[in-house]
Amino acid sequence: MEPLNFIVKIAIYALMLGSVIAAIGVVTLRNLFYAALALVGVLLGTAGIYIVLHAEFLAAVQVLLYVGSVITLVIFVIMLTQRLTDKSLPQTNRQSLIALAGSLAFLYFLTKTILHTPWPVNPAITQVHVSTADLGSALMGNFVFPFEVISVILLAVLIGAIVIAKKDKES
Amino acid sequence: MPLQHFLIFSALLLVIGIYGALTRRNMISILLSIELILNAANINLVAFSKTTSLAPETGQVFAVFMIAMAAAAIAVGLAIILALYRVRNTVLADEVDLMKW
Repeated sequence: MEPLNFIVKIAIYALMLGSVIAAIGVVTLRNLFYAALALVGVLLGTAGIYIVLHAEFLAAVQVLLYVGSVITLVIFVIMLTQRLTDKSLPQTNRQSLIALAGSLAFLYFLTKTILHTPWPVNPAITQVHVSTADLGSALMGNFVFPFEVISVILLAVLIGAIVIAKKDKES
Repeated sequence: MPLQHFLIFSALLLVIGIYGALTRRNMISILLSIELILNAANINLVAFSKTTSLAPETGQVFAVFMIAMAAAAIAVGLAIILALYRVRNTVLADEVDLMKW
C-alpha cells in the first residue's frame, strides 16, 4: 500500500509541475495559438487537481466549460485576428522586467504568508465526500439567490456579447 | 497532501497570470492570463472547502459560480476585441488609446 501511495503523490506533484510549466508557456509563447493550447494544458491539470481534492463534478464542469467552450471561443477569435499576430511583432511591452520583479516579490511574500499561517484544518470536513446531488441541493437550497443572480448575469452576457460583436449596419 | 502545497501551487498560477496580464501586448493573451488568475482562485476555493471550511460544499458551489463568471467575462471580452478589431484593425492593447488622454 505504501509504495502505491508514494507513486500517487509523485504523480500529483508531477501534475502540478506540468501545469505550472504550461502556465509559463501561456504567458511567454509568441504564437498565440500555442499559448491557447498551453492554457488547455493548465485547465486539464487543474481538473486533475480537482479530482485529487475529490471534486469530481467540478472537474467535469471544468473540462466541459473551459476546455470545451471557452478555448473554442478563444481559438476562434485568434483565427479571426491572426493577421496582426505574426511572429515579427514583439508580444511583450517594455515593462516586462519590472513586472517580473514585482511578480516575484509578490510570490515571495505570498508563499511566506501561506507557510506561516496556522490553517485551522477541520477534521470533520476532510472525510466528507461531496456528491453531485449534495451540490445540487446546496445550489437549490442555501445558495438559490446567487444561483438566480448568475442566471440573470448569463442572460445579460448573452445579449451583450451579441450586441457588441454584431456588425453595424452601413449608414 | 498538506493544504499548503495546493496553496503554493495556486499562488504560482496567480503570479504567472499577473505577470502575463501586465506584460503581454495582445489583448487575447491578457484574457488568457486572466483565466489563469481565476483558475488559481478556483483551486484555492476547492482546497479550502476540503480542509478548513465549516460546510463541505460551500467552496465547490462558489467555484461553480466562478467558472460561470469567468466564461461570461471571456465571452464579453472577446466580443469587445472583435468589435475593436473591426473598427481599429488592431488587437494590441498599447495601440488602443482611444479613451486615454
